[in-house]
Amino acid sequence: MDVFAPLQALSDWLTYGLFGLPEEGRLGSAVAFFLYDVPKVLLLLAVVVFIVAMIRSFFPPEKTRKYLSHSKLYVGNVLAALLGIVTPFCSCSAVPLFIGFVESGVPLGVTFTFLVASPMINEVAIILLLGLFGWKITALYIGSGLLIAITSGIIIGKMGLEHWVEEYVYQIRMGEGVELPEQTWAERFAYARGYVKEIVGKVWPYVVVGIGIGAVMHGYIPDDFLVKYAGPNNPFAVPLAVVVGVPLYSNAAGVIPLVSVLTEKGMAMGTVLAFMMAVVGLSLPEAIILRKVLKPKLIAVYFSVNAVGIMIIGYLFNVILH
Amino acid sequence: MVIKVLGPGCMNCQKLEALVKRAVDELGLEAEVVKVSDYADIMAFGIMSTPGLVVDEQVRIAGRLPSYDEVVKVLRTPAGL
Repeated sequence: MDVFAPLQALSDWLTYGLFGLPEEGRLGSAVAFFLYDVPKVLLLLAVVVFIVAMIRSFFPPEKTRKYLSHSKLYVGNVLAALLGIVTPFCSCSAVPLFIGFVESGVPLGVTFTFLVASPMINEVAIILLLGLFGWKITALYIGSGLLIAITSGIIIGKMGLEHWVEEYVYQIRMGEGVELPEQTWAERFAYARGYVKEIVGKVWPYVVVGIGIGAVMHGYIPDDFLVKYAGPNNPFAVPLAVVVGVPLYSNAAGVIPLVSVLTEKGMAMGTVLAFMMAVVGLSLPEAIILRKVLKPKLIAVYFSVNAVGIMIIGYLFNVILH
Repeated sequence: MVIKVLGPGCMNCQKLEALVKRAVDELGLEAEVVKVSDYADIMAFGIMSTPGLVVDEQVRIAGRLPSYDEVVKVLRTPAGL
């Protein structure tokens, strides 16, 4: 992106000019990468999170719940996936959100579609992908996220697993949901500002570590190193990437720089996207939180259906992008 | 005045409680501040996202951490106006 050219120039000058590292050297390469990517990513994050927070202030989950209540199969899933993108989702709200949806008659499958789409199709991931890879890859990511969310929700809905939800969930009464006064623009700005501070504050260590690892790989691992192990010719690359990615927990921001370096070193694009979705969409902390409302069997089904969906997407893209 | 801060214990809920206590202090209000952490109790108010601010059984803010000024404004304004 041209907008970041001055930043590239600055990081090059610091690395090779001020610190005097040799131009062709691996250390120099790693340091320049780090000094360029960290401020770039944090800047992008701040701008985008702000814009998205403003949009999201128009979509409180209580409204989403009304839209999805008693929705039909298929249509409900598509709607839930789309709404999942714009409804703010914090992991501490996952439990009341799930309970609230189920209690108001949102079908279980539709609720699951929402649960998958919301964290996976993440504005942070989208903007960073856009900045690093451009429109095509970003569209692929969004499209496959939607596809996986909708399909896995439909499948889980058809399996009729309502009895694998913890019983007390069906006992809780939430009622109509409260009608809150609309926020003023000043309040929306304050909310967006606070949200940016919170997100950047939470995420910057991941960004630094993610880029740090990426920088080391960029500088020290020879190009095409990964082609042998994780390139398009290895049929096990995709499942391996997903299996490694699922228990890992990182905010989308931390993974993205890693993702750019992995592709650079020859990992097939489909495998990389699968890895990213597995890291961002499914995680151990999420499983622990969901344990409060789902019996272990349902959590297992939820994770497996999505992991398989991600793997299929990974294979699909490896084939298509060749 | 009974002020209830709804939240299971995440950072934002704790911050809201602190803001409310500070506002009650600085405004010199006669108010009891109660923390509600049980999910069933929280949801009985009709909200799904925390933190939540309830004044005299009326939900005033839900799903976000307001600024201190907004908390003050809420505590000063009776609901329904």
